[in-house]
Amino acid sequence: MSELRLPGRLGGAPARVTALLAGVLLSAACGAPAEPTQPLQTLRLMTHDSFSISDEVLAEFEQQHGVTVEILRAGDGGSMVNQAILTRDAPLAHVLFGVDNTFLSRALESGIFTPYRSPALADVPAELQLDPQYRVTPIDYGDVCLNIDRSAFPAGDAPATLEELADPRYEGMLVVQNPATSTPGLAFLLATVQRFGEEGGYTWRDYWADLRANDVLVTAGWEDAYYGSFSGGAGEGDRPIVVSYATSPAAEVYFADPPPAEAPTAAVFDGCFRQVEFAGILSGSHAGAVGQAFIDFMLSTTFQEDIPLNMFVFPANREAELPEVFATHGEAAPEPITLDHERIGEERERWIEEWTDVVLR
Amino acid sequence: MLVFFVYPVASILLLGVAPEGRPDLGALVAVLSRPFVLEVAWFTLWQAALSTLLTVLLALPGAYLFARFDFPAKRLISALAIVPFVLPTVVVASAFLALLGPRSPLNAWLAGLLGGESPLRLEHTIWAILLAHVFYNYAIVLRLVGGLWSQLDPRLEEAARMLGATRWQAFRQVTLPLLRPALASAASIVFLFTFTSFGVILLLGGPRFATLEVEIYRQTAQLLNLEVAAALSLLQMTALGALLLLYSRYQARLAVGLRLLPARSTARPPRSRRERLFVAANLAGMGILLGLPLAVLLERSLARPAGYGLGNYAALFAPERVSGLFVPPAEAIGNSLFFAALACALAVSLGLLASAAIAYRRGPLGHAFDALLMLPLGTSAVIVGFGFLVSLGRLPFDLRTSPLLIPLAHALLALPFVVRSVTPVMRSIDRRLREAAAVLGASPGRAWREVDLPIIGRAALVGAGFAFAVSLGEFGATVFIARPEAPTMPLAVFRLLGQPGELSFGMAMAMACLLMAVTAAAMLLIDRFRAGAVGQL
Repeated sequence: MSELRLPGRLGGAPARVTALLAGVLLSAACGAPAEPTQPLQTLRLMTHDSFSISDEVLAEFEQQHGVTVEILRAGDGGSMVNQAILTRDAPLAHVLFGVDNTFLSRALESGIFTPYRSPALADVPAELQLDPQYRVTPIDYGDVCLNIDRSAFPAGDAPATLEELADPRYEGMLVVQNPATSTPGLAFLLATVQRFGEEGGYTWRDYWADLRANDVLVTAGWEDAYYGSFSGGAGEGDRPIVVSYATSPAAEVYFADPPPAEAPTAAVFDGCFRQVEFAGILSGSHAGAVGQAFIDFMLSTTFQEDIPLNMFVFPANREAELPEVFATHGEAAPEPITLDHERIGEERERWIEEWTDVVLR
Repeated sequence: MLVFFVYPVASILLLGVAPEGRPDLGALVAVLSRPFVLEVAWFTLWQAALSTLLTVLLALPGAYLFARFDFPAKRLISALAIVPFVLPTVVVASAFLALLGPRSPLNAWLAGLLGGESPLRLEHTIWAILLAHVFYNYAIVLRLVGGLWSQLDPRLEEAARMLGATRWQAFRQVTLPLLRPALASAASIVFLFTFTSFGVILLLGGPRFATLEVEIYRQTAQLLNLEVAAALSLLQMTALGALLLLYSRYQARLAVGLRLLPARSTARPPRSRRERLFVAANLAGMGILLGLPLAVLLERSLARPAGYGLGNYAALFAPERVSGLFVPPAEAIGNSLFFAALACALAVSLGLLASAAIAYRRGPLGHAFDALLMLPLGTSAVIVGFGFLVSLGRLPFDLRTSPLLIPLAHALLALPFVVRSVTPVMRSIDRRLREAAAVLGASPGRAWREVDLPIIGRAALVGAGFAFAVSLGEFGATVFIARPEAPTMPLAVFRLLGQPGELSFGMAMAMACLLMAVTAAAMLLIDRFRAGAVGQL
């Protein structure tokens, strides 16, 4: 009967067509730029979601060196480092930018970088140069700080220190990010670990237990904390204190139309955690001289002065001038908290685990 | 499918399960028997089951409404109903907060009524999760079930009523059994989506809730704990695979040969007072559930420091840089449409063939194939993304950075929708029609073309609509593979929301509204084709 023959004919069709389609797609894909050959024509930069730089600045490098710079985004900072580690035998890019001090030790231990000592490091403060073997080069830094909604504290009674957050006056006012899923959340946890310590009468765990008693709200990421639960700026929430960046008030001024004379929010400079972002040449990528030139270029004042308004962080090169909106609304924290990156690498998971026990369970 | 799904996923799972080259089953069992894994798995299961049940129950009256009644702006409303489907979770979360959050008018009103400060606290509760799941998946039930329902002969039910059955009896004993294939189809997709829910759980549920998907992401992207991630992925895929296999067998058994009618002939304007009331109440319900959050987004997108205006939209077209975007955000519209069209075409052509294979080849092989096609939806995006990275680099050509990956990945994710829309209809085609054609001398190919295809056309367009929407709204895979100079619309929203400032927020809302408009317009366009296709029946 026809019923028996039909399935055979139709059943065979998908496989053939799929194979055909796959063939077309694959041959089309083969035309795309393949593995780099000598000399390098395309320099691939692997970076995180927040990377941004002006076209003109990149074009300047491309002209000088006769290469095209291709940018490859690889999710957030942690996910980017993990991807670079997983692909270390066949690197996706020549240069990686954006690994910060919280993920630095994992990146260094896995040996994904080739050392290169840029002459431009002469203009970079020593405290930013965290790798004595020059496998990574510091490019910028930023401070994770508490931000307050100015309108909620008209009498100037906003908290000024980390300790004050545990005060019942600020009950139900603070929103922080989960350190397990968010970079600023992790930075804030690290700041409290450093400030209150692991041992003694009052540890960082006691501090967080107090914050919990004071009804701290934990969100998954920065976006839902800042735009969802925070009351300042465009936020929909009712909590006037949030973990964000020292430069967020400057961004509130810059990304407003028309720009207000005064930012609606302000950073609290106590207990800020300093994040340093690094770039490195991926080993096995055959980046050669162009890769090194790109690292030098990232430290040049052209690139460095373009950083602040693109990524809202501070340039590592002390010769780079800051834009005006930074000078009036976005200073760096005068005495930021730092923590040894190797210690972060060793202890991060345990700290996050213990934090989860204290705050969430 | 093999190259772009099975191989990458197998590669990354092997890295986790067998780091030294040989599988370590002991370690696998050890991971899976940890109490937190069981806890997460149990939560994943019950929230998905409850979400699916709620969605089906709430959307069923809507499906009936669309199948049986004509009312003003029907096509526009039907197009708008699918819009939630494409919206990024961050945007939906912010709309919900505006409506139900501590500073919402509703809370102010309740506070006046009950006293206290914002008595309604939904954020970070299971209710927020369930509500968002219904909001997102309503259209799936509406379209898949409503699609088949509108083609059922109303005379069947009328005959039952004539024979003395009550309205409820007629529904339970006549209509419901006939709707079962579409119901099972829709429920299986909703279950799959809610089982693998990620953004909704993180953003609306808060840090105390975790599904397997959330945990897999955390273990892979944050902790690089591939061993645990692989074990969890295997658990997730096995659970879903088993379920899908069961579903597929059940589905095949449900198939009843039916004479389907063109949808136009089965719907009519409401006649009695009672019917008008039903239509009005139903539309009002949909308006509150789906319309209000969308309206809030529109309001937010128009809000400017001084009153309302189009300034946020104008800013999207300005060449000024938005952090992380290398082009004016408005260019994302073109990119999104291009990728969606490509993905839609791919998914529909592959989906039709796959459906034919499933519908006409019964038996275990067909079931297995059906379940396999659904698996991409049930696999963590981060696992597929990381799988691409570790495996495709080993092929002779480096596909990992090719822009073609986007429509390809989207097509893979959209395929199940096409298959789910088409297979039930294909199975319902009365076999005798085809046999009659054969008897009259038509070759099998011709019989398929002239008998099956016109009937399938409508279902294929329902699938095409979903495929288009899936691609427009897809975020998880795109974020890994999109090139910065070719961002999609959800990606642009995400970047805009990544920086502080009222203008950033306003622009993000404006972009979300454009995404809504583009989606609704595409759905209306596809509906037009659909009306034509049905005419041939």
